[in-house]
Amino acid sequence: MSSRYELRFSGAGGQGLITAGIILAEAAAIVEGQYAVQSQSYGPEARGGASKSEVIISNDPIDYPKATNVDACLALTQEAADKYAIGIKPGGMLLIDSDFVKREPKGDFKTIKFPIISTAKNEVGREIVANVVALGAMVALTGIVSRAAGEQAVIARVPEAFIELNKKAYNTGYEKVKSLIA
Amino acid sequence: MAFDYEQYLRPGKLPHIWCPGCGHGIVMKGLIRAMDTCGLEKNNTAIVSGIGCASRLPGYVDFNTLHTAHGRAAAFATGIKMAKPEMDVLVVGGDGDGVAIGGNHFIHACRRNIDMTYVLLNNYIYGMTGGQFSPCTPVGAKASTTPYGNPDPTFDIAKLAIGAGATFVARTTAFHATQIDKLIAAGLRHKGMAIIEVLDDCPTAYGRRNKFRSVIDMMKRLKEIAVPIKAAAHMTPEQLEGKVLTGILHQEERPEYCEQYQQVIASAQGD
Amino acid sequence: MAKKVALLQGNEACALGALYAGCSFFGGYPITPSTEVAEVMSKELPKTGGKFIQMEDEIAAMASILGASLTGAKVLTATSGPGISLKQELIGYACIAEIPCVIVNVMRGGPSTGMPTGPSQSDVMQAKWGTHGDHPAIALVPASCQEIFSETVRAFNLAEIYRMPVQILLDEINGHMRERIEFPEPGELEVIDRQQPTVSPADYKPFDDSQGDIPPLASFGSEYRYHVTGLNKAADGFPTAKPELVDAEERRQLRKIEANRADIEKNEEYLTDDAEFIVVAYGTISRSARYAVDVLRKEGIKAGLFRPITLWPFPEARMAELANQVKAIVVPEMNLGQMILEVERVTRRVCPVEGIGRVDGEPITPAQIVAKVKEVL
Repeated sequence: MSSRYELRFSGAGGQGLITAGIILAEAAAIVEGQYAVQSQSYGPEARGGASKSEVIISNDPIDYPKATNVDACLALTQEAADKYAIGIKPGGMLLIDSDFVKREPKGDFKTIKFPIISTAKNEVGREIVANVVALGAMVALTGIVSRAAGEQAVIARVPEAFIELNKKAYNTGYEKVKSLIA
Repeated sequence: MAFDYEQYLRPGKLPHIWCPGCGHGIVMKGLIRAMDTCGLEKNNTAIVSGIGCASRLPGYVDFNTLHTAHGRAAAFATGIKMAKPEMDVLVVGGDGDGVAIGGNHFIHACRRNIDMTYVLLNNYIYGMTGGQFSPCTPVGAKASTTPYGNPDPTFDIAKLAIGAGATFVARTTAFHATQIDKLIAAGLRHKGMAIIEVLDDCPTAYGRRNKFRSVIDMMKRLKEIAVPIKAAAHMTPEQLEGKVLTGILHQEERPEYCEQYQQVIASAQGD
Repeated sequence: MAKKVALLQGNEACALGALYAGCSFFGGYPITPSTEVAEVMSKELPKTGGKFIQMEDEIAAMASILGASLTGAKVLTATSGPGISLKQELIGYACIAEIPCVIVNVMRGGPSTGMPTGPSQSDVMQAKWGTHGDHPAIALVPASCQEIFSETVRAFNLAEIYRMPVQILLDEINGHMRERIEFPEPGELEVIDRQQPTVSPADYKPFDDSQGDIPPLASFGSEYRYHVTGLNKAADGFPTAKPELVDAEERRQLRKIEANRADIEKNEEYLTDDAEFIVVAYGTISRSARYAVDVLRKEGIKAGLFRPITLWPFPEARMAELANQVKAIVVPEMNLGQMILEVERVTRRVCPVEGIGRVDGEPITPAQIVAKVKEVL
């Protein structure tokens, strides 16, 4: 239990947060050889609604596959922030999209914010890679996997033609958070 | 020389369960003659049925035989054919089994155009359970569950099969014994889903409730209502009132399901 | 050489386990949360020359795999919720006609449509008693993705050995969660094929029990030719209503399980040696229980976990033995009390047996189990 680390990616259905969780779990379990479990909850609607993906990472085998005390949480929408920030443990971290989460959840955790979707759209060039921007940001925030392992997992997941775009998205998200918490 | 049915019958399994006067035996003999004509190998042939009087037929004949659950014959048969397309697969069963409880499997087997031959014995009634009305019971007819006459509209099985996509659809009656084997043989030779509906008589459960004094009366009716499809072309709607068309009602070429799946395999294997 | 690894959903691991076991036919119907099993099979089976068919309904899917199994194929179907209810008719057919097949049931909330995307463990009793009539039952309840893979292989082996349907019970959580899997090399896990007849075709009887309780099953399309029916039948496969033959057949079918419990049963124990409190849990909830046991041990409470991996037949003997050793048993499950009935029955309530039921679409948490154990202290 000791090294158990819990992450939650939340937002709206269709924002690619389940994929972001899967890539992080692959970075941990396949690239770095840690233990990882990724799970999700979703409604019957494929788009919209509040969606979350959880990743547990540990040096030891993982028993309970769901989050109990979230170490780090991402929220891309107000609804997700309202609903899912509650589970963050004291001293944990919350990353929010500052354009979409106007009412910041209050609690005993540190909140980091930047316009994630807008960054994807304007700095990386495609809104669709906002989830990978968020992934890079979460890796920078938590350090739960190395920057290189995260990038390797991104490359392994995306089609050849989109590798450069996704690498740019991942590294942009990573750098944003590094400069914010520096 | 008389046809030797014994070679296809399982020793010790007769007498059959069918009542005196039932036409199922006539259909079974026609089926055997058709299979003989087409040279079907016993080991390479599977005959599948559901539940009901007609569904007992496979137990009497010496092939791979599968007496399944009520209505499910076409779905079991689909599994056999898909898994081993080189086998010849036949389905036999009644009207209630085939187009009531088994209606969904019936239409989807037609839609897939899987290479099977389905002989549907339509005697207008659930015989084995004692004469309840089926989707093929004529409007107004008496059955044990229509004591005031049947209010339900009837299925035209041939139209149902054609509409669902069967590529060979034929109809005859138990009276037209020599046509039975010819149509079944044509169905066996056809590549794709072949439906052969045989209008049949059930003196016990249907005839005696519906003013047929004898089996002969029921057979006479089958003779009278049957109109060969070619003859029907020259008849007026008035003349065709109350008649049923017989012969090959529909035949077309369309890709067969198992062959189509071979293309899926080829795509998956990167050929 | 390093083994091939991947991050896979439980449902995907199940499908790949089936392929490892030699499954060559899948008949299915789409239903949440089991659909990924069908999706993987539709992609992978044709690569091996196997067949995938999406049937018109749940019953037809079950029928198609039974037809295919009779030709000698190893067969799989997957379903959930209402789908497993619909399949019960032909699960009974597979029992009486003794046709090997594997059925995956990714359990979801119910009854009826219930909670299609919520986890549940409420099909425990249905897996045993779902179809009408007395019949044998084998149901496996793996917990992790790696175990889902290996237990799927074992499910095929058991189906082929005992000539009967075997159910794998997953739930929405372990069916959908992703974990790292190490793929076993070919030959690493045992793969068993059904026994073929050795007698001459003329002497073959598909239900001849003179050589044992599990007669060899020939394949349609081979040199053996035979009849199969859902009626009670004699050794030759033809219907019989002779009381002594029907009785013998029914008893033989149950004996296939009872006489082979040692081969079929499988459990895992964690810290049970000195345990004063035992949590009995299976599938996803066994993971909550193991976590809870660690928490309790840290607090000095001697807790242990007894985890059936084979749920049916229920591991009666070991469960009864443990009950004599402990002060209380806690049974958490995502239903309102199903396996607990079996725990109570086999332990004859020599110690208190307390259940935790949950049917709100959320898993039972470690904290709930910790609290319950403390309550019964």
